[in-house]
Amino acid sequence: MTYLWSGMILIGIVYGVLTGNLEAVTEAVISSSKEAVNLCIGMAGITAMWTGIMKIAETTGLVEKLSGGLRPVLKLLFPELTGEVRACSYISLNFLSNMLGLGWAATSSGLLAFQELDRINRENCIRLGETGKRGIPIASNAMCTFLIINVSSLQLIPMNMIAYRAQYGSPQPAAIAGPGLVVTMISTAAAVIFCTIMNRRR
Amino acid sequence: MKVISYLSSLMIPFLLFYVIGYGLLSKRDIYRDFLDGACEGLRTVGKIVPALIGLMTGVGVLRASGFLEFLGGLMGRVTESFGFPAELVPLTLVRMFSSSAATGLLLDIFKEFGTDSPTGLMAGLILGATESVFYCMSVYFGSIKIQKTRYTLPGALIATVAGVIAAVWMVRWMR
Repeated sequence: MTYLWSGMILIGIVYGVLTGNLEAVTEAVISSSKEAVNLCIGMAGITAMWTGIMKIAETTGLVEKLSGGLRPVLKLLFPELTGEVRACSYISLNFLSNMLGLGWAATSSGLLAFQELDRINRENCIRLGETGKRGIPIASNAMCTFLIINVSSLQLIPMNMIAYRAQYGSPQPAAIAGPGLVVTMISTAAAVIFCTIMNRRR
Repeated sequence: MKVISYLSSLMIPFLLFYVIGYGLLSKRDIYRDFLDGACEGLRTVGKIVPALIGLMTGVGVLRASGFLEFLGGLMGRVTESFGFPAELVPLTLVRMFSSSAATGLLLDIFKEFGTDSPTGLMAGLILGATESVFYCMSVYFGSIKIQKTRYTLPGALIATVAGVIAAVWMVRWMR
């Protein structure tokens, strides 16, 4: 993250100097940081709402019931999480919300899943000792897998895309759903294959 | 189309009803559970704020400097030879940083080329099959202060590239 972030800022400034866009760069520093805080304030309400609802679903056992169907998938993707019921439940919930296109519910359950993965990682660090690949500030396999699968996009029906297409006068806005499903399945398949290979590697 | 959008607008109220109804039947103090969960959620959002400020400022600087357009133009020349329209390169690049900025570019493409032109279709499919890689990474890893992300970025890029290739292939196959 360090190199990525520093690279973005340094390249931006150097290129800004070369093209004379430095004023716009300064402006961007101010407006972007403000935008970030606004975004967090905006998302705080709905995230808290969903994490609250999810807590109910969790304490009443509903999450476990719903996530049952995803268990074999999770076993394949997260071999080291067998027995970690809470982490698995949150991950399932995140995958399900992503598939249904419930962005906020997905983020909320994803964040809860990461809290759990962090706890498990810390325990492993204490139990097995820290190495080059295992440490408190180092992502565990489960974290990497979770993020890669998430980023491969799981949404089954791209509702907002259909809405944009309708808005811009498409004769058949929903016609994108079928091809979209195939394409997103291909990207997810690529992610699954990559993660499985990385998990097997020792 | 109507049915789908109707169903999806029903989804959230239905979920709320189902979870709360199920909770009431299980005779737990679910309002307490709700408050606990909401509190946890708020705390997590609080933990993301610094990471998001950092990332969004980085993206803002990169965009304002014009570097993304420059990179897009450069890569566009290369990708044209593979049959990938140069106009879609900035969209794909921006998509990895910010969903809202990518949506803006998508609507520009819709305006210019039409929603059902090959370019418009590819744009729609690419946006549907990819995610804002850097945004997601900074939110999730930022929330638990992870610094070394190991193979997350390569994996995420592979998934993104697979999605983009599949989108191009799909549109060609449909023609």
